[in-house]
Amino acid sequence: MADQIARRRSVLDGWALPSRAGLASLTNAGTAARFVYRGAPELVGDAFGVSLPTVPLRAHAQSGRAALWLGPDEWLLLSAEADGSTLAVALSSALNGKPAALVDISHRQVGLIVSGSSVEALLNAGCSLDLDMTTFPVGMCTRTLLAKAEIVLWRTAGDTFRIEVARSFAPYIVALLDEAMHGIA
Amino acid sequence: MAGLHRTNGGGRVDRTKRLSFTFDGKAYEGFAGDKLASALLANGVHLVGRSYKYHRPRGILSAGAEEPNALVTVDRGRGRTAPNLRATQVELYDGLVAESQNRWPSLAYDFGAVNSLFSPLLAAGFYYKTFMGPRLLGSNWAWHKIYEPLIRRAAGLGKAPSLPDPDRYANRFAHCDVLVIGAGPAGLAAALAAAEAGARVILCDEQAELGGSLLSEWSVEIDGVPASSWVDEAVRTLAASSRVTLLPRTQAFGYFAQNFVALAERLTDHLGNPDPAAPRERLWQVRAKEVVLATGAIERPIVFPDNDRPGIMLADAARTYVNRYGVRPGLRAVVIAACDSGYAAALDLHRAGTAVAMVIDPRANGDSGLAGSVRAAGIEVQIGATVTATRGSQRVSAVQIGRAGTEGRASTGEWVPCDHVVMAGGWTPSVHLFSQSRGKLAWSDDAQAFLPSAIAPGQAQRSAGACRGVFGVAAALDDGFAAGRAAVGREPLGRTFKVTHDITDFRGIAGSHGAGARGSKAFVDFQHDVTVRDLKLAAQEGFRAIEHVKRYTTTGMATDQGKTSNINALAIVADHLGKPIPEVGLTTFRQPYTPVTFGTIAGASRGDLFDPVRRTPCDAWAQAQGAMFEDVGAWKRAHYFPQAGEDMHTAVARECRTVRSAVGMFDASTLGKIEVVGPDAAEFLERLYINSFQKLGVGRCRYGVLLNEAGFIIDDGVIGRIAADRFHVTTTTGGAARVLHMMEDYAQTEFPDLKVWLTSTTEQWAVIAVQGPRARDVLAPLVDGVDIGATDFPHMSVKAGRICGVDARIFRVSFTGELGFEINVPADFGADVWEAVWREVQKHGGCAYGTESMHVLRAEKGFIIVGQETDGTVTPDDVGLGWATGKGKRDFVGMRSLSRPDMVRSGRKQLVGLLTADPKRVLEEGSQVVEGLRPPAGTPALGHVTSAYWSEALGRSIALALVADGRTRIGTRLNVPMPDGDVAVDVVTPVFLDPKGERLNG
Amino acid sequence: MLLITCPYCCTARPESEFRYSGEAHIARPLEPATVSDDDWAAFLYMRTNPKGLHAERWRHIHGCGRFFNALRNTVTDQILKTYPAGTPRPGLGAPAEGGR
Repeated sequence: MADQIARRRSVLDGWALPSRAGLASLTNAGTAARFVYRGAPELVGDAFGVSLPTVPLRAHAQSGRAALWLGPDEWLLLSAEADGSTLAVALSSALNGKPAALVDISHRQVGLIVSGSSVEALLNAGCSLDLDMTTFPVGMCTRTLLAKAEIVLWRTAGDTFRIEVARSFAPYIVALLDEAMHGIA
Repeated sequence: MAGLHRTNGGGRVDRTKRLSFTFDGKAYEGFAGDKLASALLANGVHLVGRSYKYHRPRGILSAGAEEPNALVTVDRGRGRTAPNLRATQVELYDGLVAESQNRWPSLAYDFGAVNSLFSPLLAAGFYYKTFMGPRLLGSNWAWHKIYEPLIRRAAGLGKAPSLPDPDRYANRFAHCDVLVIGAGPAGLAAALAAAEAGARVILCDEQAELGGSLLSEWSVEIDGVPASSWVDEAVRTLAASSRVTLLPRTQAFGYFAQNFVALAERLTDHLGNPDPAAPRERLWQVRAKEVVLATGAIERPIVFPDNDRPGIMLADAARTYVNRYGVRPGLRAVVIAACDSGYAAALDLHRAGTAVAMVIDPRANGDSGLAGSVRAAGIEVQIGATVTATRGSQRVSAVQIGRAGTEGRASTGEWVPCDHVVMAGGWTPSVHLFSQSRGKLAWSDDAQAFLPSAIAPGQAQRSAGACRGVFGVAAALDDGFAAGRAAVGREPLGRTFKVTHDITDFRGIAGSHGAGARGSKAFVDFQHDVTVRDLKLAAQEGFRAIEHVKRYTTTGMATDQGKTSNINALAIVADHLGKPIPEVGLTTFRQPYTPVTFGTIAGASRGDLFDPVRRTPCDAWAQAQGAMFEDVGAWKRAHYFPQAGEDMHTAVARECRTVRSAVGMFDASTLGKIEVVGPDAAEFLERLYINSFQKLGVGRCRYGVLLNEAGFIIDDGVIGRIAADRFHVTTTTGGAARVLHMMEDYAQTEFPDLKVWLTSTTEQWAVIAVQGPRARDVLAPLVDGVDIGATDFPHMSVKAGRICGVDARIFRVSFTGELGFEINVPADFGADVWEAVWREVQKHGGCAYGTESMHVLRAEKGFIIVGQETDGTVTPDDVGLGWATGKGKRDFVGMRSLSRPDMVRSGRKQLVGLLTADPKRVLEEGSQVVEGLRPPAGTPALGHVTSAYWSEALGRSIALALVADGRTRIGTRLNVPMPDGDVAVDVVTPVFLDPKGERLNG
Repeated sequence: MLLITCPYCCTARPESEFRYSGEAHIARPLEPATVSDDDWAAFLYMRTNPKGLHAERWRHIHGCGRFFNALRNTVTDQILKTYPAGTPRPGLGAPAEGGR
């Protein structure tokens, strides 16, 4: 019987996240429960509480849960960490026996919040997409590249984006955005 | 007074702000708003450089990016030395330190000038002929021993800094509706029109001030206000719009497919004391819906004998220095005008107080609409005349006037004393970016220039103003405004600008106007010292295509890429060949338009940010333990864990010994992991891997081998069945992304009928391998809810359980041949679980081991590593894995290929073990294996050594090798030739240790 | 950098988000065991390599992850059309096939 309980340690522990007063700042989105759901969106039913968007590149968010369209049969489901085990049970039982895949990836990636009046310029140091509000409105999400790392980019507000990045690429993304902070005005 | 040669007033310099600077160590003063070139001229400094080949004294030819002569090095301290900057573009700041280039020991007394005496040796094709020279003393002896060292020493166009670049460089991806390149009259008008329509506009210009040629105008008025004021108002209007981005000091240098344009923005070089943390330059990568090219035109020099003396400059430059910078470049000028800009220069110089001795117009019937005004100012105008010779050592002192068309004959015309010669040879539209965009150019007889014709597919663009042959301020404004409207889909009918004092004739002449007397040189390409004679020699020697002439003579090949020389060179070659210019063709315009720093292109991609560095959850622990790391793909993996006094060999020997005798732990987190889920998951894996999966029980594992369709091994790994419809697939570290990509390919395109989905879980799990006879003892106190006993948890099985209170997937697998487990825990728990396991490992006399020991331990068991024992040409049978093939399978990826004739022939290379006759001798990986001793050169090898290590368990060296018909050679002796002699090796089976696998079941 | 329109994301994205995957419309034989050596070798290795219009496979690997097909002119590098994997090669309206 184990007498020692392992603690959760984020890859971002000990990192001072950069910010530039009034222009942009980077913060840790904190731990989360994450699932990749693959299959037909209707099979999930109401089990997630938020409907899975079927319009490409869109996210639905409500009451601390979010479903992000990543591909025509792939969604990233986000929720609070504490919510994770009950959600896993609810989703698994809803999908039981159905042709679909649910995989827990809570630890696979980390979330970063980038916000500020110059957030578009900051991200465009490494992201080649047009982040203008007319072309990348609030609620849009996509997998893309930030310099040399793959990320999921989700605009949650006019001046705020959430980045989801694989655990081992997070230090690179933080360092890259730190560097990019010097290039915005 | 910042220079004795200032006009009394006017211009755009701020005469209240004095700036001091040095050039070649001598102190001078200039004004805010000056360029280095204007400030030097204001101080009477004309000699600014030495030419590339002949080291002739050179002065300032132009006032812009096209400058071929005035190249300087600006030194901003440690590592901040920038060579080859054009003095005409360098903005003056207080404390600027600039040096001339290509001279030794000094600019005025340059040793290399003796090259002029040997100039017949340096004529066209010198480099080519030298490369192809006779082999009297072996292959190009003379080149390596004499010419190259000499040329390298003599031909320095500035020196690259030797220290690392200390500056920061930024990058910005940007999108816009309309990108306007060039902020002269056409560009400003285009931007105004597009901005009026509410479009997202980016307007860039190479200069610090927007306005282009309008900044050099004195008398022109636009809509009732001076041009200069009109510019200020236009810029204010644009700056007020949130949809407009103004980018001064920004050179568009590359135009790529689908309206992708690269811009280089200079951010701090113009500041005397910049914030050291601020980026020096920024690369803009712009994707524009529409591009308006308003890149203007460049004035051509006139090609006459000795036309390169300091004091000889372009008419447009003379106007710019006088009107914009308030500088008089000379006291007494001669103007050679083949178009209006020469006449306008004469008027501007005269007004500013320069004595204009004469205007000569080389056109036989040439006469400008401005000639009357020039004569009215009391200036003599000669039509049909040209300059046939010049004098002056470090500055022009006189020119000889002769009749035009007396080429080749010594002229006996009058000598006119002067210290300033102004040339207006006509204007060449700047079609560089248009041409880079793959647009087609067409020769216009009317404009005597190549003009934009067909636009390349996928490029939404239009040219406006002088760059498409629409000259004059009024025409350029109207054309630009119409282009701006068209770019946002509006009717081209816009407004007409009312312009006074406009000039309209820019056509001029091209080609040579007298090669001059023997010994004189009529320069065409100033930067690469190419003369009329060189071009004629090339034509005489049979070069017909302009691209060949370019390479043979090097005309147009210097850092200025022939901006001032191309059309003259073309005209001379065409004339000599008796062909019209369009038949001779045009050389390709290449990026960059002007040189771009490496820093700008690299941006943040250097040092730690050059590439992502991936580290595992257990990495910090390994670092704290003093582990040595190796790169595996982007991952840092612990290579070995040296203790005090240990080198790699002794550390690895100890680690291997400890694993075999007690227990070791290993960070396997980098292994690729893919969760394969769905009702058809087993069938999918059955079709992908050579093994059978349908009948694999839940909780059981299988070693999977993955082939490509050609039948060759590309990956391997353990696959565990977590549930009926769920598999935990592992891949090699380097193969993780590749295997997922391949699986997606088959799932999506070949087997879309299968209900199966793939999700990468590589980073979801931290993986801790615990291997060795005491492995179970290590885990026992840490796990709960799972029986890890031998009966209940046999080799090649997987269980869900808890370790340290955390949900885990525990595999009973072994890559060492010992009793082994691989614990998968969610990554954020990895560090803590690792340390808990470490505490237990220490209790059992165990150790942590790195990838090197892992390699040795698996080699002792004959386990392959994909990419080491395989190289993309190796089948399962070749490496003895035929047994893994599922019995009775009808198909899997690569199966059909395994029965192709080449795959079943004899003589294929097969995996074997090699034991050196000398047990202490460790072979080198990659060395060749041959039959017999000292085979003659050219004898094909039988194969090669794929792995070679010192085996602590066997107390001797071991090796794995791929050898032709290797299995039939077991028991024979072969040789591995090495520089110090042949190494005899005995061929054995590739399993060196515990061939029955008894240790696994400890 | 080319822009490629992903038929699943319905948007144009830079080439760096994609991975090229060779010629399109080369179906894996359903019963490989019955295919002759020559036909199998042709399936593995023989490609049309045209000058001009080429139907080829791309994957939006750093986007939605889907494989799809594209018609690209190998002379001009223009991608004239993209379409989902598994659908037939579409015809084109005006632009002539083949480069000169």
